[in-house]
Amino acid sequence: MDLEEAEEFKERCTQCAAVSWGLTDEGKYYCTNCHNVTERSQEVTSTDLIPNTQIKALNRGLKKKSNTEKGWDWYVCEGFQYILYQQAEALKNLGVGPELKNDVLHNFWKRYLQKSKQAYCKNPVYTTGRKPTVLEDNLSQSDWASEPELLSDVSCPPFLESGAESQSDIHTRKPFPISKASQSETSVCSGSLDGVEYSQRKEKGIVKMTVPRTLAFCYLSLLWQREAITLSDLLRFVEENHIPYINAFQHFPEQMKLYGRDRGIFGIESWPDYEDIYKKTIEVGTFLDLPRFPDITEDCYLHPNILCMKYLMEVNLPDEMHSLTCHVVKMTGMGEVDFLTFDPIAKMAKTVKYDVQAVAIIVVVLKLLFLLDDNFEWSLSNLAEKHNEKNKKDKPWFDFRKWYQIMKKAFDEKKQKWEEARAKYLWKSEKPLYYSFIDKPVAYKKREMVVNLQKQFSTLVDSTATAGKKSPSSFQFNWTEEDTDRTCFHGHSLQGVLKEKGQSLLTKNSLYWLSTQKFCRCYCTHVTTYEESNYSLSYQFILNLFSFLLRIKTSLLHEEVSLVEKKLFEKKYSVTRKKSRSKKVRRH
Amino acid sequence: MSDFSEELKGPVTDDEEVETSVRSGAGMHFPWLQTYVETVAIGGKRKKDFAQTTSACLSFIQEALLKHQWQQAAEYMYSYFQTLEDSDSYKRQAAPEIIWKLGSEILFYHPKSNMETFNTFADRMKNIGVMNYLKISLQHALYLLHHGMLKDAKRNLSEAETWRHGENTSSREILINLIQAYKGLLQYYTWSKKKMELSKLDKDDYAYNAVAQDVFNHSWKTSANISALIKIPGVWDPFVKSYVEMLEFYGDRDGAQEVLTNYAYDEKFPSNPNAHIYLYNFLKRQKAPRSKLISVLKILYQIVPSHKLMLEFHTLLRKSEKEEHRKLGLEVLFGVLDFAGCTKNITAWKYLAKYLKNILMGNHLAWVQEEWNSRKNWWPGFHFSYFWAKSDWKEDTALACEKAFVAGLLLGKGCRYFRYILKQDHQILGKKIKRMKRSVKKYSIVNPRL
Repeated sequence: MDLEEAEEFKERCTQCAAVSWGLTDEGKYYCTNCHNVTERSQEVTSTDLIPNTQIKALNRGLKKKSNTEKGWDWYVCEGFQYILYQQAEALKNLGVGPELKNDVLHNFWKRYLQKSKQAYCKNPVYTTGRKPTVLEDNLSQSDWASEPELLSDVSCPPFLESGAESQSDIHTRKPFPISKASQSETSVCSGSLDGVEYSQRKEKGIVKMTVPRTLAFCYLSLLWQREAITLSDLLRFVEENHIPYINAFQHFPEQMKLYGRDRGIFGIESWPDYEDIYKKTIEVGTFLDLPRFPDITEDCYLHPNILCMKYLMEVNLPDEMHSLTCHVVKMTGMGEVDFLTFDPIAKMAKTVKYDVQAVAIIVVVLKLLFLLDDNFEWSLSNLAEKHNEKNKKDKPWFDFRKWYQIMKKAFDEKKQKWEEARAKYLWKSEKPLYYSFIDKPVAYKKREMVVNLQKQFSTLVDSTATAGKKSPSSFQFNWTEEDTDRTCFHGHSLQGVLKEKGQSLLTKNSLYWLSTQKFCRCYCTHVTTYEESNYSLSYQFILNLFSFLLRIKTSLLHEEVSLVEKKLFEKKYSVTRKKSRSKKVRRH
Repeated sequence: MSDFSEELKGPVTDDEEVETSVRSGAGMHFPWLQTYVETVAIGGKRKKDFAQTTSACLSFIQEALLKHQWQQAAEYMYSYFQTLEDSDSYKRQAAPEIIWKLGSEILFYHPKSNMETFNTFADRMKNIGVMNYLKISLQHALYLLHHGMLKDAKRNLSEAETWRHGENTSSREILINLIQAYKGLLQYYTWSKKKMELSKLDKDDYAYNAVAQDVFNHSWKTSANISALIKIPGVWDPFVKSYVEMLEFYGDRDGAQEVLTNYAYDEKFPSNPNAHIYLYNFLKRQKAPRSKLISVLKILYQIVPSHKLMLEFHTLLRKSEKEEHRKLGLEVLFGVLDFAGCTKNITAWKYLAKYLKNILMGNHLAWVQEEWNSRKNWWPGFHFSYFWAKSDWKEDTALACEKAFVAGLLLGKGCRYFRYILKQDHQILGKKIKRMKRSVKKYSIVNPRL
């Protein structure tokens, strides 16, 4: 209620004809005499609010109070550090061991700063006349193991943790030479000190930090710790908002102002993509020149035997299939430590897509058992159905048709919900990003408008419908014996699809078709593209189901299936290529 | 006003933004083409998830609206508001209008919504995009009218009328005219209520003068409000009608006629049958000469040959001395009966039967043949089938008789319709049928008396 500001409004009140106006909180005039509120708001009637004058006023104001308005001096890499810090915290809350944050990620990050010549080196990138020779000397000595002062640094908390005073650690070491004069010129276009320079910097051989790369760092540390989180899990947690990623900047300290170029650096309007982050992980791992990662052995979560078990449970397939997946893993050698362990300094740095691979193995096993040619699986289902009807007390045979019906329904519902949730996703942060100070009030006003409108519409929404966000889980489906609608197939037997021969079990199905006939001759490991309509409907369904679970493209899974097949039928591949182009390969 | 600087900058600003609307011909819309063009515009780069999810959100809202699921629509709307902050400035500027349209639709139907929420929403949206202020004000007023809040609607319109911001563009001028005209329409409404009161009062009543004065004042304001709008090309039926009514009431016949003539004949205006109908009715009230009436209806005949005024047109033409008019009279009748909606119009058939006989008696066989030639292929099936004969007789014997006569004249006495009616032994109509039979024998065009 600002009586002074309301003085310029001179009209008579429509109800009592008095000229005595006050301002409501919303900026509307109300009559102090009879409390009649007009529809006029202050902004509309005050004629001096012409945009140009507004800009002038802002410019004037800017010079005066630049210190409070501008906030701290901060560098882009500090922003990323803050995001990494938050992500590590979030991972810790998800149950990951505290070492990940304190030791591994911290060290990776320091190593990054060093390699990218931003800190922990004699001549940081900001020095005008740098001497690369010294730096190289330093690097050649600094093998991973022989860097005690770096590794022992873990007791230092990330520097932004406790506010402005404790910005000590990196800050004091970093001899940033940017003079105050050049700052005031550049700071018009970014809140950070080096935002403009950073977005223009292109240096060969240096992996520049981006927001998606923070996830590559997280994944690298998870991998180093051999944690029970796969890349697809990590990205799903990001999508479900359990790990800060989109608008991660909004939790920056109040004094770290972001605008202008910072918007391009920290503003993210897409969810992370599996293949992209996967590539970046290898890239970062190689750039950091990391040694061979701890071995992935059979007792690790990322080992295909364990992951296959997990995904068999997830998609409601019989436990008995596990012995078959293990068999495939053994035959293909995909369970070997050397195959599974990530070694960035090896000649061809590559890591395994553990989750995709495990799922691909399951798909191959399904093909071995049921052929998936839209025919054989259904005739096997008929047999199983008849058998189950006759023997109600025995352990039921696995019925592919019934499984399909239940999974199809569950999958469709899940996917629908997922699509709806995505459509409702709120992208914009509470702290709007703007290009410059001129845009600032506009951006904030817009934000306020959106919030007001949302507030109004939230009264129209059924409050029970919008429950809080779901708690993180590595499982997306839940199958229990009790639920009658959704039969649980975990305990079903594979007797119907296997037959005994001597002491070993053979699959009833004696045929197999390969997902891909030809591989690229070159080293790109590309597989002939996945053209959905060329494949059987059951195969399509299974690929869709699994790729939805992992949030990956179906073509990526198809490619992985082909790679597993290539390993499994290595001999047949060479034979068929020479002899015939028959689509079916006999097994055993 | 939230975004001065932004909107004054004009539509094209930063490099991010590419104009991507696909307009293709009259009201057609190709969603797939839109996405295709978009991918081309961004050079094959993947669309940002923000853009994807918001457009998915939009289609969810549209689907919910289609299915009348107001609750769900409101839920999605909650998320859709973020398009106001879209970093693509083209989309950001299009957002307020989309949000207004969807939001007002939801609030109009949502069970938890009420006048107050709608008003707050409208006021908010008015101030988000300055560009939409007038449009939203007008629609807001219409909403209020719909709910019978005449006073609020009027206040709303007055506010919008006095609103000034930035340059006056031509599109805005039309909007202001429209707003004023709606205000005028509201005034007309009160005026017409007062007029009713006045008509109930005795002239000697002490209140009479006061009310009469009131009526007069209103009329003056209204005409000023409306007259500006109806000079602009467009379809303004309710405005023109009420304006003319008031002009007529105060005896300004020339003014009224001018307005109506302009509305009907100005080539800049879109073709509008009502314009001619209003003018015709006005002229009829003024007892204008026949030739004038005919010339007005001639145009209406060209636009809507099945209009019910065509029968009046026919009678006017029939009475005319000019041979050319009398020929047109026949043409008009045939024209009316070409339309499926008029097949059971007994007056039309009666007129046709009588007029055909007249014309054939008057030795204008050529006229009839001219009309009949283009119809002889389909009229027998369309009007004179056995089925129709049966059902017409059952429903309306008088109609069946008229039709039978026409059928006889046009198709000869062997025609099935004619024969069917002839066979029916009706006591009252017996005489008439006999007469008919005679006339058919004499005048039917099938066996011209050589």
